[in-house]
Amino acid sequence: MYDFTYHKAASLDDAAKLLASAVDAKPIAGGQSLLPMMKFRLASPSDLVDLGTIAGLDRIEAEGGTLTLGAMCRHGAVCTSEVVQKTLPALAHLAGLIGDPAVRHRGTLGGSLANNDPTADYPAAAVSLGATIVTSKREIAAEDFFTGLFETALEPDEIVVAARFPVPEKAAYEKFRNPASRYAMVGVFVAKFPDVVRVAVTGAGASGVFRVPSFEEALSKDFSADALKGLSISTDGLAGDIHASAEYRAHLVGVMARRAVAAANG
Amino acid sequence: MSATGIGASVRRKEDFRFVTGRGQYTADIARPGQAHLYFVRSTHAHAKILRIHAGHASRMPGVIAVLTGEDFAAGKLGSLVCGWLIHSKDGTPMKMAPHPALPVDRVRHVGEPVVAVIAERADQARDAAEAISIDYEELPSVVDPAKAQAPDAPQIHEVAPNNTIYQWQLGDPAATEAAFARAASVTAIDLVNNRLIPNAMETRAAVAEYEPGTEQFTLWNTSQNPHVARLVLSAFVGIAPEHRLRVIAPDVGGGFGSKIFIYPEELVALWAAKTVRRPVKWTSERSEAFVADAHGRDHVTRAELAFDAEGKILGLKVKTIANLGAFMSTFSSSVPTYLYATLLSGQYDIPAIFCEVDAVYTNTVPVDAYRGAGRPEATFVVERLMEVSARRLGVDPAELRRKNFVKNFPHQTPVIMNYDAGDYAASLDKALALADYAGFPQRKREAAGRGKLRGIGLSAYIEACGIAPSQAVGSLGAGVGLWESAEVRVNPTGTVEVLTGSHSHGQGHETTFAQLVSHRLGIPIDNIAVVHGDTDKVQFGMGTYGSRSGAVGMSAISKALDKVETKAKKVAAHLMEASEADIVFEDGKFTVAGTDKAVTFGEVALNAYIAHKFSGAELEPGLKEGAFYDPVNFTFPAGCHVCEVEIDPETGRTDVVNFTAVDDFGNVINPMIVEGQVHGGIVQGIGQALMEACVYDESGQLVTGSYNDYRMPRAGDFPPLVVDTTVTPCPSNPLGIKGCGEAGAIAAPAAVMNAVTDALGTEDIAMPATPLAVWTVLQRQAHREAAE
Repeated sequence: MYDFTYHKAASLDDAAKLLASAVDAKPIAGGQSLLPMMKFRLASPSDLVDLGTIAGLDRIEAEGGTLTLGAMCRHGAVCTSEVVQKTLPALAHLAGLIGDPAVRHRGTLGGSLANNDPTADYPAAAVSLGATIVTSKREIAAEDFFTGLFETALEPDEIVVAARFPVPEKAAYEKFRNPASRYAMVGVFVAKFPDVVRVAVTGAGASGVFRVPSFEEALSKDFSADALKGLSISTDGLAGDIHASAEYRAHLVGVMARRAVAAANG
Repeated sequence: MSATGIGASVRRKEDFRFVTGRGQYTADIARPGQAHLYFVRSTHAHAKILRIHAGHASRMPGVIAVLTGEDFAAGKLGSLVCGWLIHSKDGTPMKMAPHPALPVDRVRHVGEPVVAVIAERADQARDAAEAISIDYEELPSVVDPAKAQAPDAPQIHEVAPNNTIYQWQLGDPAATEAAFARAASVTAIDLVNNRLIPNAMETRAAVAEYEPGTEQFTLWNTSQNPHVARLVLSAFVGIAPEHRLRVIAPDVGGGFGSKIFIYPEELVALWAAKTVRRPVKWTSERSEAFVADAHGRDHVTRAELAFDAEGKILGLKVKTIANLGAFMSTFSSSVPTYLYATLLSGQYDIPAIFCEVDAVYTNTVPVDAYRGAGRPEATFVVERLMEVSARRLGVDPAELRRKNFVKNFPHQTPVIMNYDAGDYAASLDKALALADYAGFPQRKREAAGRGKLRGIGLSAYIEACGIAPSQAVGSLGAGVGLWESAEVRVNPTGTVEVLTGSHSHGQGHETTFAQLVSHRLGIPIDNIAVVHGDTDKVQFGMGTYGSRSGAVGMSAISKALDKVETKAKKVAAHLMEASEADIVFEDGKFTVAGTDKAVTFGEVALNAYIAHKFSGAELEPGLKEGAFYDPVNFTFPAGCHVCEVEIDPETGRTDVVNFTAVDDFGNVINPMIVEGQVHGGIVQGIGQALMEACVYDESGQLVTGSYNDYRMPRAGDFPPLVVDTTVTPCPSNPLGIKGCGEAGAIAAPAAVMNAVTDALGTEDIAMPATPLAVWTVLQRQAHREAAE
């Protein structure tokens, strides 16, 4: 790890100012992605601005068909929250599948969204549920938020404050882990709303989370696992590596989608 | 049986300090004025070193020295060596290439240390290392052992044409050919025994110190055998004579073989400590460990098994290419030869065996002994052959094995080993019963109902442990004897220190060795300290590997205890004014036979030291005895493991749903520790079979260079393991012990792959059977079925 200057942010404004004032400052939430990258010397920010000292960023509220999670909500808190378990159990389930207990006690929702790792779990939930990402400057629809591999719509001094998840009629997340890293090799989040079904896939895409329109169309007519039988996705744009070829990932997207629908239907 | 004696599941004495963070590992050692060492490592698999640009780095903050291969060469130290001489079948000795700790003009594998940077702080050393650039001229490389001997393969060392280190053979080729000529059926298989990366929990480390006044070196090192390290560093490398080199291996967090060897890094640390006149510390990072610690396995094998019409084995033919990597590591030559081919008879009466082994250089990390070392490879060959043969012959795999078991002991195999004791049918029967083998078809049907493919596989393994009779291994090329030493020091207050040449790096010696002493002397286990791992304290030792610490190390202690008892009886006789012949020692008390006269062990110890009751002419004061124990034979642990898997055909995921192990380890000192050893071995074996892929790409880069890609087994991957034992005491050592440290890693891979291939209905899948590999096989089958 290279030397860096550490700042405790007193408020969102303070954090934004600190981020703007240094050459290569980075906000840090739980540090479960950034710190390992720094230890490997693959990331070398000049300054770290700690968001953990800002009050009020870890609220969990369900109101009027929307679940709002503060950016500093730890995965462990989301997983065990009664509010989340009651209003959006698929999201609690997803949070419980992230990393290991140590990671879940430090890692945050906002950090995961802002990092946009192509194998992270939350982006699939955000896109499938049609979440709104609330930042220190504006509100961004999830689909516009994730712009590419480790890329988001965030500006350098813009900070994720919360995410608002519309509560679906049914939803589920099924994850096939990379055997080594345990990140999602294929993760499929399926959400059914009165007017729309969204299927979002993480882990499989070479450039991050994506939706599967053909699956959504079939499920809009018939929200059952059987409706997906015979449907498959193209290998175009899928990742391939020693753990999974693009063909295998494409196959797993179908399997995980069917299992997610079955799980959503209980 | 006493609560702390032989056979008791005493809780491990050492665990309190380990689990509360109070262990003292090499990385915990901090010497006054110590500097830190960091290595610039080769980024190429094979390249000429044209120029090293280190000028800027050497002027960076905190930098004390930047040392290269040329500097090292100027130090006139010897090369690192492989200490087991193997001869090819044409009589020529193995082609061992020089292995300088830092290369001068050529690098031969990714990760090879090239430049040593020494600085005040570890981060400064690393910063400076990053500022060093090296001009390389890339050369073609080869990583696949099956391609290393090709005429157009790049030549890695001048001394080894076609990258061939030796072409060795064992057994009788004519008798084997004759056996195959009259065979009713022959089973042939091609196997790859996948390369593994050891991954001990503690990474390697070294702290080296030089005292210019006395010319004395001290090396703290993560070693499984500090005395052997000292011997090699003195006699072969010439860093210092033995009496001026102290090697200390403090608490060591796992080794699995990878900490047996003498590596470049600790040698550079020693040399650098003298060069810069500062204590020098090196701690391997986890990423470094992937390319700096010797790897394991990596065999490519063709094997054939001949049967008569009744299903009796007539002969076995094996041809193996073993990858030894870019340099010959300390014991690398012995692993695919005498630790491998000598076990190819398995548990079976095989009249004729012929094995050929070619060892090759490749542009990969050196390969050496890793948990089981040669014996897992042998068991994999034999037990895959048995299972495949049973399927081909249409007979129950358990019964085919039973029909061919060795039943009479001692049994001389055609491949050197003389099995002294065993009951292979007993472990098979017990394993089949515990695994409910008979109920498997029912479970398979039930699984099919849930859409799962269920398979079962056996592995009736044997290993040779308790390494080893010195005379025997000497005749086979070993550079050292493989006895063990012990010293038992009784203090005046009756407490005891046991000094042992064995080294504990997770095995629990501080408990089991103390149990032996408690059992023999009748004293509380807390009154016994086990001292090991320091060449200044323990006179000599051969270290811990090959499941030898119980069978050989404890036998040495037992021998020393015999001497202590003899001497103590003399003291007791003087104390009670009785004849020495009438003294009986039992439960910690010396009594005069036929009387009520008695003294405790503590009283005898005190009197041995105060020496008031006997004259110097009659008896020497003190109570301290030492012994060397050289085993008369290897020991032969054996048993039967049964694995049951379920495969999800939709995803290719394999779950081990049942695993049963019945092992015959001879007499057991601490059943709980043995069970733990078996658990650890099994999960490593399952890891090899299902998870651990070490992947090099065509250019010689290690693709699986971190836990992001190298799939380690995790506790959650396993069902509760059913572990039991049968006992035939080992007749070849005084305690009847055979050894248990490697059994799981030896037995499990074949059991798992036999189960996986049973579930899939094809033999055509290599280890590790990852989800991708299994899915690929299932896809192939589906396409074939669709085509038909």
